[in-house]
Amino acid sequence: MSLDKDTVRTIARLARIRVEEKSLQPLAGELNNIIGWIEQLGEVKTDGVLPMTGACENSNVLRKDEVTAGNQRDDILKNAPDAEGPCFTVPKVIE
Amino acid sequence: MNDLLQKSLTDVGLLLEKGEVSSVEITRAAIAAMEQHRDLNAFITETPDIALIAAEKSDRRRSEGKTLGALDGIPVAIKDLFCTKDVKTTAASKILYNFVPPYSSTVVENLEQSGTVMVGKTNLDEFAMGSANMTSHFGPVKNPWKNKDGSDLVPGGSSGGSAAAVAAGIVFGATGTDTGGSIRQPASFTGTVGMKPTYGRCSRYGVVAFASSLDQPGPMTRTVNDAALVLNAMAGHDPMDATSARHDVPDFSASINGDVKGLRIGIPDEYTLDGMPGDIQELWNQGIKWFEALGAECQPVSLKHTKYALPAYYIIAPAEASSNLSRYDGVRYGLRVEDAGDSLDDMYEKTRSEGFGDEVKRRILIGAYVLSAGYYDAYYIKAQQVRSLIADDFNRVFEKVDVLLTPSTPSAAFAIGDKMDDPVAMYLNDVFTVPASLAGLPAISVPVGRDSGGLPLGLQLIAGPFDETTLFRAASALETAAGFDVFDHGKDA
Repeated sequence: MSLDKDTVRTIARLARIRVEEKSLQPLAGELNNIIGWIEQLGEVKTDGVLPMTGACENSNVLRKDEVTAGNQRDDILKNAPDAEGPCFTVPKVIE
Repeated sequence: MNDLLQKSLTDVGLLLEKGEVSSVEITRAAIAAMEQHRDLNAFITETPDIALIAAEKSDRRRSEGKTLGALDGIPVAIKDLFCTKDVKTTAASKILYNFVPPYSSTVVENLEQSGTVMVGKTNLDEFAMGSANMTSHFGPVKNPWKNKDGSDLVPGGSSGGSAAAVAAGIVFGATGTDTGGSIRQPASFTGTVGMKPTYGRCSRYGVVAFASSLDQPGPMTRTVNDAALVLNAMAGHDPMDATSARHDVPDFSASINGDVKGLRIGIPDEYTLDGMPGDIQELWNQGIKWFEALGAECQPVSLKHTKYALPAYYIIAPAEASSNLSRYDGVRYGLRVEDAGDSLDDMYEKTRSEGFGDEVKRRILIGAYVLSAGYYDAYYIKAQQVRSLIADDFNRVFEKVDVLLTPSTPSAAFAIGDKMDDPVAMYLNDVFTVPASLAGLPAISVPVGRDSGGLPLGLQLIAGPFDETTLFRAASALETAAGFDVFDHGKDA
């Protein structure tokens, strides 16, 4: 399995990262080097092995549905690059 | 250099306790050293004013007999991946260049409650992705250790700024985070002690996320006992992190008694690599001899799947990163790049393209690829299955031994700029540290000697889950046997 230019264009689009047309081919080369090296995992027999999602022993950690740190709107908006009044803004999305 | 700053955290704590020195005095010295060592580029943000206020408060507490314990009044540095309320937190990325968190991470709060004095936020690889501190938006960090010809070396990464600040004698301890070796590898490169606790031992709340199933905060110091003291302050269950462990936190420092008689130490066959420098093999053999001389029992063990840890890691970590880093969208915080008439997607794409560096983009793209339809089973599930096999290997050997002894890194520190054109060569730095990360096990790098170029090298100890007590006990014995001095940098081997 190797990544061609079109696949790189697609995953860059999925990841919302702009890649110039002329950079697609070199980037495909770089990513293929990494993927090629990763593919040695194919040598390992893993039939019937359960996938390990993490090293954490906890499961289903529950807590009461309570507000613990509310009323921080203004503090949070301070970091917004383009806040307007009490709102975050985005480019126009509806005509 | 100020002699006071060369003392261990443990010793300077005793001086504070006896009233022979004040926190303000030590803090002023640390601030002066931070300014004097600006060429290292170890700090992204210096916080001298905050430090002096904290130091004055510490001295006042002490004079009133209300001291907070062994760390009260001691200057430390915080990796710029930990959120600090009202102090800029960048993750060394352009995309967070101006982010000022409205809250502090739990680890930072815990350290504050122990009375530590933060003098600044340390440099790192962007989003902790790197092994040389070369990917920081704020420029590379220099290792206080130099090549024989005087040329500059990397401090390792990603916690390179923390390692350099501790090795240079600016602070007595610093926080790091370790996802695949980001505490232990820079510790080995700078002649310092770097400890990655069991996954879940320290809260990840407020730590900028890289790969959530692997990320773990830990201490970086100059001695093993110092690391034990700092970990005690950092660790503990946190309801704000669902993966935080509910285990009791023992007094790690109290477990250090120099006694390793009868301790069973495993020497994994698979950690001998083709082409590994002879210096590293020799130091490893030396480590075995030291332990045997102290009455420990060393035996060969096998961790069959070691070789596959690194490629599995480079599927799992980028997959988690691509998901975690999707939050940087130019809307709620950080950088936003937008031209007139841009759509929402244009703004997202431009922001992320300009805001992330090359290595971060590579990992996001690899992650998006291995998670995408058609490849998910072949890559992502496969890697998680291999992760299971690696964890099983460790479980089996820990039925027979108490700790494992391995090299920390496959080389000593290298020149700034090396390995930058070959990502896989850079990834290989973490070949000895990644397996314990995947299994979530506690591990520590202890500085034990110098290579033929005079540069520091560490040995790594790995213990079973939540057995930091045994880890510290073994590490301290190794440290005493080796008698390494971090302040030998600048002196001939």
